[in-house]
Amino acid sequence: MSENAAPVSSSRQIAVTINGTLYEREVEARKLLIHFIRDDVDLTGSHIGCDTGNCGACSVIVDGTLVKSCMMLAVQADGSSIETVEGLADDGELAALQQAFSDHHALQCGYCTPGMLMSATALLRTNAHPSEAEIRKGLQGNICRCTGYWNIFEAVKTASERVAK
Amino acid sequence: MSATTDSSTTIAPDRVEILAPREPYKGQNVPRKEDRRLVQGQGVFVDDIKRHGMGYVHFVRSPYAHAHITAIDVSKAESMKGVYGTLTGEEVASLTDPFFQLSTPPGAHLKDYALALGKVRYVGEAIVAVVAETRELARDASELVEVEYEPLDAVTDARHALDESKPVLHEDSGSNLMWEGVYEWGDLDAAFAEADKVVKIDELHFHRFNSTPLETDGALVEFNRGTGQWTIHTNNQFPGFAQIMMGPAMRCGLDKLRFVTQDIGGGFGNKITSHPQLVVCCLLARKLRRPVQWTEWRTDFHMSMSHGNERWFHDTEVAVKSDGTLLGFRTKALDDAGAWLRYEPLGGVIWAQVTPGMYRWRHIRLEFTQVATNKAPVSPNRGYSRMQHLWFTERIIDIVAHELGLDPIEVRKRNYIRVEDMPYETPNGCVYDSGDYAQMLDVATELIGWPGIEEKRLDAAARGKLLGVGIGSTLDSGTNNFGQSRMINPELQFSGNNEVATVKLDIFGEIVVTLGTTPQGQGHETTAGQVVADILGCSVDDVHVRAGHDSYWNSHAGFSGTYASQFAVTGLGAVKGAADMLAEEIKRLGSVILGGVPVEALELAEGTVRIKDNPEAALPFMACGAIINANNAGLPEDLDVTLNCRYVYRPPFEVPDLERKFGNLTLTYAAQVHAAVVEIDPETGYYEVVDYAAVDDCGTRINPQIVEGQVMGATAHGLGGVMHEIFEYDEDGNLLTPNFYDYHVPHALDMPPLKTGFVESPSPFTSLGTKGMGEGGGAGIHAVCAAIQDALRGHGDAIVSDSSNPYRRVWEMLDHPDTAGARVQVVDA
Repeated sequence: MSENAAPVSSSRQIAVTINGTLYEREVEARKLLIHFIRDDVDLTGSHIGCDTGNCGACSVIVDGTLVKSCMMLAVQADGSSIETVEGLADDGELAALQQAFSDHHALQCGYCTPGMLMSATALLRTNAHPSEAEIRKGLQGNICRCTGYWNIFEAVKTASERVAK
Repeated sequence: MSATTDSSTTIAPDRVEILAPREPYKGQNVPRKEDRRLVQGQGVFVDDIKRHGMGYVHFVRSPYAHAHITAIDVSKAESMKGVYGTLTGEEVASLTDPFFQLSTPPGAHLKDYALALGKVRYVGEAIVAVVAETRELARDASELVEVEYEPLDAVTDARHALDESKPVLHEDSGSNLMWEGVYEWGDLDAAFAEADKVVKIDELHFHRFNSTPLETDGALVEFNRGTGQWTIHTNNQFPGFAQIMMGPAMRCGLDKLRFVTQDIGGGFGNKITSHPQLVVCCLLARKLRRPVQWTEWRTDFHMSMSHGNERWFHDTEVAVKSDGTLLGFRTKALDDAGAWLRYEPLGGVIWAQVTPGMYRWRHIRLEFTQVATNKAPVSPNRGYSRMQHLWFTERIIDIVAHELGLDPIEVRKRNYIRVEDMPYETPNGCVYDSGDYAQMLDVATELIGWPGIEEKRLDAAARGKLLGVGIGSTLDSGTNNFGQSRMINPELQFSGNNEVATVKLDIFGEIVVTLGTTPQGQGHETTAGQVVADILGCSVDDVHVRAGHDSYWNSHAGFSGTYASQFAVTGLGAVKGAADMLAEEIKRLGSVILGGVPVEALELAEGTVRIKDNPEAALPFMACGAIINANNAGLPEDLDVTLNCRYVYRPPFEVPDLERKFGNLTLTYAAQVHAAVVEIDPETGYYEVVDYAAVDDCGTRINPQIVEGQVMGATAHGLGGVMHEIFEYDEDGNLLTPNFYDYHVPHALDMPPLKTGFVESPSPFTSLGTKGMGEGGGAGIHAVCAAIQDALRGHGDAIVSDSSNPYRRVWEMLDHPDTAGARVQVVDA
């Protein structure tokens, strides 16, 4: 190829279900899943806070597994079922975790919150009654710069208690 | 008479009844209005905004800390398919003027353009902007931009920036000196004559880091060719400042620069100085005839945006009595501005807001020197410039206590400004409005179990650990008097401060509030709603506060933005002013409609204006809105009521006395006392914060939960700053921590147990008794430094000399205390 041409790039048709809706799109092979979710499907709740997979703002659940969607290509998600923050509330009624985050002031700017909520959702599915140490461990992949995390720990604890009732 | 007139009931449709609160909302933890959209991923952050045909901007950045640019060739990049165009420094220089400089000479001579011109001065400096159809293509194309460099030696240590052997960054200014000034108040000679002891500290160092908001900088910029106006969707947190910088540079009126924001993913001061990148986006949107979108990469943020001021304190001398009474100090502050003065040299005066810290010493001399180095430009970071100075004064307290064999808590109590001294005029004319620092210290020490601390020390020792306790007591000065900028440069025409709000009653009775601020998580919609609901006597749920900022709302002024701990004073002051105006207008309208009842006989309650003695005689707000907006025939001619009220809050400031460098530099002084308990492993230097208390006093709290949230956040930033976070450069000027792998911010597992406490000393100088807060003064940095020093007592007795204390440094202080810590001498006076 000539030096001036675009780099070789193959596109592929993928079909992904996000929050119950099937999306079929042609994507570049190198496109990150988070860019697919945000730019192609326009679900902008999941965010990007770093270039290196450290911050967790892009956390989503892919086929039941918590994933940092900047660490996965969109084509790798072909055929999968993805949950994002937009799918947590049920017809406008907040999920227990969302309500607990508000009650405990577990968010300020709200930028990390979608990823934090998805990590907490994944945590509570595998461990309905986590200890504080388990909550901390479950959220260690998500950076928050506003809250110092303390209110987030409280919110997750409260949500786990409310769901138990 | 009836509660409503015929004319009002014909037009208003049914709506939800407005219920009155039983208690004032002020002081209540009202749930945040912002939360519902944010927990559902429905916030609108700048990168969420898309436009048809928009191009993505990517910057080509310098790999060298210092080099001449000998050639730039963009032709290959421009010919690549999917690339819309480029912008170079030479184009910028032909289309714009250099940014206005705040400094006097030599800093005034800098020629600062939005892209590098002829030379690069730090790794990561933007040289060329490339715009393409996708983010990926823009990045690919930037690889095809050919830049030829002639590398130069780099200046990376501010202490040697003025050496003759070192290269000069800016030839126009003649040397690497940017600004210098001498501050002196009181009678230093008399203080040192009165002293029993003089404590001499050779060098203290405050390191370089910043708050790294999780959302990086960004913008989506559109250009309207017909009107010549740019619409700048951005997360810049101080549009007033950006406009003042951009308008003259771009040779356009400020109204041509429409700033729009909704949600911002953290700011902490770091998003004030994005004006160079915004200029690039504006020029590209015009040149390429399409909207352009720029989202900064994390690595680019770390390399190029808003590092906190790195500062040294040299040759410090403290005049002190044997009993620990502090008389004064003199020192030489050396500040590293990085490569450009983007907000600097304001840091050269901002520290003076808290000149004596919390203490009563009256004799102070500080020589301030700011130099340029081949590092990223510094600009405000949570606690801007005061944090460095307060760390220094707190270090003095603990060093003096250590050297004189006194208890640091007793030294603080002996020297704190007392509650009976309030309001207290500092040696440089600042007026501390209120506060009881000794009481705060009592609360903090109680929270960490002070009386039993020696037992805990023994318990730790039994486990092979060194336990230490430290206090950090700081001020969060808020609501700047911008007149202080004239101490930097007497020619500057800035003084005072302002903020704007509008409150209106719409046609169907909807109460709508607009703000000039740019909140980044501080809950302005909620607290503004609380203030308005209390004044109008309605439910907070019925107050609609527009999210974000838009210059088109006409609810902004020159200093509008969200920075420097001031919303609770300036923002809510404006909201209160506008709501008071609206309340008065509603009453005047009610007076007419209710048949000429005197205004004094009316009250606002339950979403109505009604007669106090006859609450049945009430006019609902929806009727008021309908009458004025759509059914106004027959109203008296002299009824001057619009129900759309705009108020500009202006704090009571004078221009400081520039000769004496004397005057009140901020309106309010919130206070923090933090107490930290650490345990150090003497074998490795690894340590943990095992207990922690943060006590805050920001006057009257409108929403205590929001206040506590910001106290917690500031605490986390302090802990991150002192333990982990550092922008560290090698000697060639390469940033060693350009991402979250190498730049460790606190994670969930890093957080110590936290206890919070509050004292409320209402400010006598603000309309709501509030004080600005949020920055927090960096108390956590001091508390941990002091705790480490305490733990090392009897184990080498190193004196903590640096604000950055990773485990490695603690190990060094254990291993070779004489050279790893500060060198301190005590001389009999």
